[in-house]
Amino acid sequence: MQRSDHRPGTLIPGGAVFPHRHLTGIHGLEPHEITFLLDEAEQWIEANRAPTTADKRLAGLTQINAFFENSTRTLLSFEIAGKRLGADVVNMHAAQSSVKKGETLIDTAMTLNAMRADVIVIRHMSSGAVRLIADKVDCPVLNAGDGRHEHPTQALLDALTIRRRLGGIANKRVVICGDLLHSRVARSNILALTALAAEVRVCAPSTLMPPEIERMGVTAFTDFDQAIAHADVVMMLRLQTERMSGGYVPSMREYHLRYGLTMERLERYAPDALVMHPGPMNRGVEIDSAVADHVERSAITEQVAMGVAVRMACLDVLTRRSRGVEGWA
Amino acid sequence: MNALHLVNARTICPVAGETQGDLLIVDGVIADGIAPDDAVRVDCGGKLVLPGIVDLGVATIDRAAFRAGGITRVALMPDQSPVLDEPGIVQRSALIGRPDLWIHPIAAATRGLAGADLAEMAICASAGARAVGTGRGWIADTGVMHRVLTYARDLDLPVIAHAEDGGLTAGAVATAGETATRLGLPAASSLTEPLAIARDLMLAEETGARLHLRQVTTAAGFALVRAAKARGVRVTCGITPTHLLLSDNAMSDFRTFAHLSPPLRSEDDRKAALAALADGTIDVLCSGHDPHGPEEKRLPFADSTAGAAGAVTLLPLALGLTRDGVIGLPRLVQLLAQTPARLLGIDAGTLVPGMPGDVILVDPNAPWQIDADATPGVAGNTPFDGLPVQGRVLRVWKGGREL
Repeated sequence: MQRSDHRPGTLIPGGAVFPHRHLTGIHGLEPHEITFLLDEAEQWIEANRAPTTADKRLAGLTQINAFFENSTRTLLSFEIAGKRLGADVVNMHAAQSSVKKGETLIDTAMTLNAMRADVIVIRHMSSGAVRLIADKVDCPVLNAGDGRHEHPTQALLDALTIRRRLGGIANKRVVICGDLLHSRVARSNILALTALAAEVRVCAPSTLMPPEIERMGVTAFTDFDQAIAHADVVMMLRLQTERMSGGYVPSMREYHLRYGLTMERLERYAPDALVMHPGPMNRGVEIDSAVADHVERSAITEQVAMGVAVRMACLDVLTRRSRGVEGWA
Repeated sequence: MNALHLVNARTICPVAGETQGDLLIVDGVIADGIAPDDAVRVDCGGKLVLPGIVDLGVATIDRAAFRAGGITRVALMPDQSPVLDEPGIVQRSALIGRPDLWIHPIAAATRGLAGADLAEMAICASAGARAVGTGRGWIADTGVMHRVLTYARDLDLPVIAHAEDGGLTAGAVATAGETATRLGLPAASSLTEPLAIARDLMLAEETGARLHLRQVTTAAGFALVRAAKARGVRVTCGITPTHLLLSDNAMSDFRTFAHLSPPLRSEDDRKAALAALADGTIDVLCSGHDPHGPEEKRLPFADSTAGAAGAVTLLPLALGLTRDGVIGLPRLVQLLAQTPARLLGIDAGTLVPGMPGDVILVDPNAPWQIDADATPGVAGNTPFDGLPVQGRVLRVWKGGREL
């Protein structure tokens, strides 16, 4: 279902290699388009390690980060990405209560549009909200997370991390474990990794497993040890503390007993696996510090570095048409 | 004497069946015999003449939409503002549409629809209420539902219930399944419906009350209703064309016009609904008319208000079911007019002499395209936007008077 969702107005001429106006999700992207974004991100990894950046290709452009939901890491990552490329970055922290309901969301979109932003980065607590805004504005829109739906740049940075550490993604066994029901990170990762031909397993207690998740091309497990057997990558998701007090899981310690990634577990069942986590981590709950901080096994800080590079690539690619880059106009 | 003579008509009556000929209405009432010389003669050109539609359970009074849809009587849901639980409000609702539209209020079964205390059912009935209902909500307390059914039985008032277990559906805006999972929408198992139906059927069976389930949408729900009818339980159920024609993948792209209550179900459930319509398990076909403008629909899916406008599209979509061979025309008229009228205890819904002259002239083949932006009425929030359909209401007479 829904693989080739190329709606009129979303696909635009120029830059045939990436013919999308917005990045609202991994859904709708072809595998070669995902690979293209990863390839584009590679150049920024090296550039970001240099003491200064000389490439200010977004100079003079205005980037608005409209965050309707609290975020520290993603907002910071997008802000740094924009500034490294020379864009004028403005952050809009929309108070949750005043913009959640009513026409206000559309009104906000119209306001942002009238301010002539060149690219808008949006995070919102409702699934589908970013698409709704994207339909109303003239400039490219980047989804920085909408409800439980998608978080495409997170999936891209995870894919880039795996590709660089393991030399490729196809046929790698990737296990995503944690609160899949409420996770946009999981949905985007499943879409991206299955598109790139990885073997994706998901693991959670059934109270946190979305129904019919297998239809997205993954294998579902409730037993953590079985799930991670011979894994190439173990990706742990954050479990929000309010869901660990009886609502979905009886307690933190019971969750840790069944699904906590300990060094012992890792050595026993997945001795070669790379460990990933989108952050912020609950140390001692879904992941032990010894695993998270392990120099060779953990790619968690590398994910953060990849995040900036991937977001620079996305901002660059999506603004190429308005900047009149040759072959894209 | 005031007479209307519809000639060259193809009349469809659930009692008399399909006949070619004429229909006489004298002083607002369908009559037998020979037309008087001064009768107003209307040549129907061989097109369909049907009883006006009796729409059981509309959320809003929307005259333009009802007129365009051939709906001459509506049963109004109790969840209005203010709630229909006071005789003054009930009486006002009952009279506000006359003479063009007759509104039969469904009074609230519990005070303020709060699901706690019995509402004044007898007083509301004397003010014009034809049934009591739970509105778009569920009575969570089984003890309260038991007393509602027991008390309503004494008054011989049907209880119109919404069948969704509130605990299981809490916070959900979709049926659990692939589409909801992909879109990341809060969803509930479709079991929410049979759970609620099973309880209410057992209570109805024990109390002997008349129970009407306004919208049944799941295979398991139909199985329960079918079995209960076979046991002699006084239960009836309804459905809208939406649940007969669309399944949950219509929510793709976060289309809020497909945000309904109860939500769209799986394709298997949709097929079960068509089977239940064909085998007689379903008694009533209604519009579920619930128009909402952009301020309630142009929102992220989960934040939008549930409901669809359905009055204008009810008949054309229903005629599609006859063309597909699911049901015949007399049965269709039974579903749209006769049975809802009987449930409400009103004399209407057939073309039998003595019945009120509520009739509509319909061209069953007229092609048109549903257009949300050009739909008559309060709002055009229909999930069928853009669909080509056949069948148009040409003229409407209420009590023998043309609207």
